[in-house]
Amino acid sequence: MTGIHHNPLEGKSHFRGVWVFLEGRKGALRDVSIQLIGEGRRIADRGGVPLTGVLPGHDVEALARHAIGYGLDRVIVVDHPLLEIYRSRPFTKVMATLITRHKPEIVLYGASKNGRDLGGRLHAVLETGLAADCVKFDIDEEGNLDMIRPSFGGKSLAHILCKQHRPQMASARRNVFLAPPHDPTRHGEVVRETVDLSEADLDAKLLEFKEFVREGGVRPDEAEVVVSGGYGLGDPKYFGMLQDLADLLGGAVAASRKAVDSGWIPKEFQVGQTGMTVRPKVYFAIGISGAVQHLAGMQESDKIVAINLDPKAAIFEIADYGIVGDLFQVVPEFIRQLKELKAGRGPLIAPLATIA
Amino acid sequence: MPAGGPFRILVCIKQVPKAQELQVDPKTQTLKRVGVPSEINPPDANALEFALRIKDRMPAEIIVLSMGPTSFDESLERSIGMGADRAVLLTDRILGGSDTVPTAHALSETIKKIGGYDLILCGEETTDASTGHVGPGIAGHLDIPQITYISEIDIVDGKVHARRTAEDGSEWWEAAMPCLVTVNFGCNKPRAPTLSGKIRVKRGGVIVHWSCADVGIDPNKVGLKNSPTIVAKVDTVHLPPRARKLFHGEPPEAVAGLLKALVEDGVIRP
Ligand SMILES: Cc1cc2nc3c(=O)[nH]c(=O)nc-3n(C[C@H](O)[C@H](O)[C@H](O)COP(=O)(O)OP(=O)(O)OC[C@H]3O[C@@H](n4cnc5c(N)ncnc54)[C@H](O)[C@@H]3O)c2cc1C
Ligand SMILES: Nc1ncnc2c1ncn2[C@@H]1O[C@H](COP(=O)(O)O)[C@@H](O)[C@H]1O
Repeated sequence: MTGIHHNPLEGKSHFRGVWVFLEGRKGALRDVSIQLIGEGRRIADRGGVPLTGVLPGHDVEALARHAIGYGLDRVIVVDHPLLEIYRSRPFTKVMATLITRHKPEIVLYGASKNGRDLGGRLHAVLETGLAADCVKFDIDEEGNLDMIRPSFGGKSLAHILCKQHRPQMASARRNVFLAPPHDPTRHGEVVRETVDLSEADLDAKLLEFKEFVREGGVRPDEAEVVVSGGYGLGDPKYFGMLQDLADLLGGAVAASRKAVDSGWIPKEFQVGQTGMTVRPKVYFAIGISGAVQHLAGMQESDKIVAINLDPKAAIFEIADYGIVGDLFQVVPEFIRQLKELKAGRGPLIAPLATIA
Repeated sequence: MPAGGPFRILVCIKQVPKAQELQVDPKTQTLKRVGVPSEINPPDANALEFALRIKDRMPAEIIVLSMGPTSFDESLERSIGMGADRAVLLTDRILGGSDTVPTAHALSETIKKIGGYDLILCGEETTDASTGHVGPGIAGHLDIPQITYISEIDIVDGKVHARRTAEDGSEWWEAAMPCLVTVNFGCNKPRAPTLSGKIRVKRGGVIVHWSCADVGIDPNKVGLKNSPTIVAKVDTVHLPPRARKLFHGEPPEAVAGLLKALVEDGVIRP
């Protein structure tokens, strides 16, 4: 397939409206899709254009109606058994066809694994720009979408513009944009469209799916205190110790990627550029060196406490408090002293407003 | 699969500055890149390791492919040292400033010229551009199946089986070849270069340089001016300075100091 416009400038003005790609899961929208609707609404309102959700799937009409309540003007539904689960080729075909058919000016995706898998393939066949993992959007003086993304692990923020090609496409990082409230009375249109799909588009087969199960308790991205463990733990069993600390403080356990990749803790506990972003009141980095990719997911925490053997570890550079020492001695001692302090008192963590 | 030819694996690697060593220049507010040592983009080294493991089990030929300046030879030599058979560097001034659209185009054209491939491995993303868009872009151009974010791979009855890490779980996918996969950082331990590998590099002839003209790449499709996106500006992030209160000494003292500070600062309720 070639680009949808041979001379990039030609026909740029035919592109209109903002689209958000909606990802469904188990009959609900993924949280990143809901957050995208909120941000898409803001961008669409600034340009005075409609906001459209695109939902490829199977039996998703009810979900499409529900999605409108978050702030969409309409939802384009492509319903086909082949779209039951996310698959690169048929989803790319559906999006490429719809974009060529309707010419939206802006298309936004969640920066999920599937969102990136889709966007990467799609932008190449459409020959248009795609900015990854954006954390902020703006409109520049010429009316282009200013797509703002962290670069080099958050050491800087790059403003990406796609001036001559349309649509302007971007993926947005999860949990950066606020989820809008749901208004069940909101009116919007559900438009059913068809795209030719056949068995030939089924070039990959899902053999097995093993869901990550998150044990009970608070999720790190919702917790006020996060106790995060890294490769310095040396063994998965020490996450139990971190859990004790987290329980004392009413918090949740998380991990660096190296701890996750070592198989010590499931992937959904990973903090960082390729994991989740957390912004707790207090973040404990225990046996974590502070690689840029890790910092990308936690550097906006209100307070950061680092415990590390190595006084030169990068994590100390962004820590409010640090103990240079052996975590196997420091953490049990910390737990002991906290228990002493807590004896007969309420929660240990004060409300945010009182933090100096 | 190409009839008769050897099982051919292509690995796309990029050379990147070592992320840990990058610092923002306080004066110019730009990233200091000069003098920063380079490495194979870490997940690309994991991709190469998977290719080598396949070759450990069955006859295969591994060709490493990269697009960039001739300084990238350093990483290509390392790849040969690790056990790759040959390497191709697409190097041409007109490629400078390419974003992911021309990069995916140029790499896929180079792959077509190499031909006869069964499996293409890429890294999940680069540490300098961190988009993860080039791999799927190549698969789109070649119109072949893609399996992204994999952490295990196997060849079963002439098909690729790969375990993909998605948000909510792990998925096992099967795809016919040729197929492109993108490999997660850290899912294996890349082997060190061997002496015999280094000797092969020394003997020469295993790394070739191609220009756009050699491959037949249209100059109007690559480079900065044919890239849909531009970086309009870069803001340095000024994170609020942190107190960096350090507590040393024996654990009981250090912890007591920390706790006292946490209470005094109102983080922990007095
Ligand atoms: C494409 C890409 C994406 C990535 N995404 C992420 C991501 O999302 N999240 C992430 O975290 N990383 C990510 N990484 C990996 C990142 O670069 C680092 O490799 C990783 O964060 C290191 O984890 P760590 O700090 O636990 O391990 P290490 O760097 O090995 O650090 C372990 C630390 O423990 C300390 N230690 C050891 N023993 C003790 C002890 N007894 N007591 C106290 N301290 C001790 C050591 O001094 C050391 O500082 C990514 C990398 C790439 C290439
Ligand atoms: N210049 C390049 N040369 C070879 N391979 C590349 C190049 N750029 C990107 N890649 C491949 O594409 C993957 C994703 O890169 P990116 O989209 O830049 O994050 C990398 O891990 C490499 O496997």
